[in-house]
Amino acid sequence: MRVDELVEGILSGNRRALARAITYVENEYPESKEIMKKIFANTGRAQIVGLTGFPGVGKSTLVSKLTEEFRRRGKKVGIIAIDPGSPFTGGALLGDRLRLDGMDSRKPLWTDPGVFFRSMSSRGRAGGLAAKTGDVVRLLDAFGFDVILVETVGAGQSEVDIIEVADTSVVVMMPETGDEIQVNKAGILEIGDVYVVNKADLGGAEKVERWLKYMLSLDEESVQMLSQMTHADEARVASGEFFERRKGWTPPVIKTVADKGEGIAELADAIEKHFDYMKNTGLIEKRRKERIKRELFEIVTGDILKLVKERTNYRDVINSLLKNELDPYTAAGKIVEEVLCSAKKG
Amino acid sequence: MEKKIRVLVAKVGLDGHDRGAKVLARFLRDSGFEVIYTGLHRTPQEVAMAAVDEDVDVIGISLHSGAHLALVPKVIRYIREYGGNPDEMLILVGGVIPTDDIGELKKMGVDEVFIPGTPISQIVEFIKTELPKKRMKNES
Repeated sequence: MRVDELVEGILSGNRRALARAITYVENEYPESKEIMKKIFANTGRAQIVGLTGFPGVGKSTLVSKLTEEFRRRGKKVGIIAIDPGSPFTGGALLGDRLRLDGMDSRKPLWTDPGVFFRSMSSRGRAGGLAAKTGDVVRLLDAFGFDVILVETVGAGQSEVDIIEVADTSVVVMMPETGDEIQVNKAGILEIGDVYVVNKADLGGAEKVERWLKYMLSLDEESVQMLSQMTHADEARVASGEFFERRKGWTPPVIKTVADKGEGIAELADAIEKHFDYMKNTGLIEKRRKERIKRELFEIVTGDILKLVKERTNYRDVINSLLKNELDPYTAAGKIVEEVLCSAKKG
Repeated sequence: MEKKIRVLVAKVGLDGHDRGAKVLARFLRDSGFEVIYTGLHRTPQEVAMAAVDEDVDVIGISLHSGAHLALVPKVIRYIREYGGNPDEMLILVGGVIPTDDIGELKKMGVDEVFIPGTPISQIVEFIKTELPKKRMKNES
C-alpha cells in the first residue's frame, strides 16, 4: 500500500491500513516517517494507559477486563501488548491475544469493532517496551481510539519506560511478592499513578495494600517526621490517613480479582479520574511536553549520528583511539566539529 | 531494521488438541519468527481477523477434527472479506489430514500441508524459501 492510501485508511477507520502501517513503523521502513508526519496532526486525543508489573501478576487478564469495562462505558479501545523477544534468535512468542476472551460465550474481544489488539515483540530492547511503541500508540490515537492500553513486557524492577509513553501508569502487584522494603525501592514501584493488588482473593492481599498505601503516604516532609514517630502513629500511617498534606494526586491502591471481574469498575474509575486530574491541573501538558522533548532529542541524536556515519572519517578516528593516539573526548570533539563544518557547507 | 517474519498459529473449530500447535509455536520462535498463538476453539472469522490485524506473513492452521475441507476455505474467504490479501501470506495447514484431501486444500489456496511426522525444520525451511517467492509473485 502507498503512504497516502495508508494515511487515508487510518484516518477513515480502515483496520487493514492501520495494521499495515504498524508493520511499516515497527520495521522502520522508509515510508514510516512519512506516515508519522502525516498523521501527527490527528493525535493527542486518546488517554494512554500503561499497565506494568512482574510476570504472572495478571496484566493480560486485567487488560481484557478493563477493555470490556471501557467498552461498556462507550469507549473505543486500542491495545498494544508487548512480549519479550529472544536475545538469542530474535524470535518471540506473542501470547497475550489468547487472554482476550470476552465474557459473551467466550467470543474474543478482538472481534469487537471497537477494539483493536496488536502484539509486539520488544525485539531485544530493555525497559519493557518495544522501540517503536510510541509511534504505534500515535497510529492508534489517530485512528480514533479513546483509550489506548499498553501492556508492558513484565520483566522486573527497572521496567520503567512506560512512563515515557503513558498518561496514566498502572502498576500491578499481587500478594506475596515481597515485603515493605520492596515497596520502598526505586524503579517500577514508584512510577504508578494507580496501583493494583490483583489476585486479591489470595491470602496476604491486605498486607501488600497496606504497604503500598504506607509507601504512597510518605512525602519529603513526612519521611522527616517518621524518625519521631510512636507505635500508635504507625497504625495510622498504615491506614493511609496520617499524611493529609500530600498535595494533588495520591495514587489509589485498588484490589482486584481480575479473572472474576472484581474491582475492575473501580480501577476504570480511577484511571478516568486520573485523566481528569491531569487535564484539570495542566499536568498532562507538562508530561506531554517532557515526552515530546525527549522524543525530539532522540530523533535529532539519531539524525546527527547518521551524518557522522555518512560525512566523517569516524573509522580513522576509531583506529586512532585503538592506538591510544587520541582519547575518546578529543575524538568526539573532532567528529562533532567535522559534522558541523560539513553541515555548513551543505 | 530487518523485517521479522510474523506467523499466526491458529486452532480452528472444535478440536482441543493443541500440543502440536504449541510445539510448533515454540520451534518457530526458536527459529527467529514472531509467533502469535490464537488459543483453542477459534472460528474461521476470528482467525482471519487476527491474521489481518496482526499483519502476519504466515498462517499455520492446525486441524485434527476432520473438518479441514469445510473450515480452511472459510478462513481464506474471511481474510479477503476483512480487507486482507491471502495472496500476500503463506497459508499452511497441519495436522491429521488424509493424503487424498491435500490436493483439494491446495486448490483452495493452501500453500502446503504438513501431516504428522513432518520434521518441524522442514516447515521452517518451507517458510523461508516460499514466502519471498509468493510475495514476489504477488507483486508482479
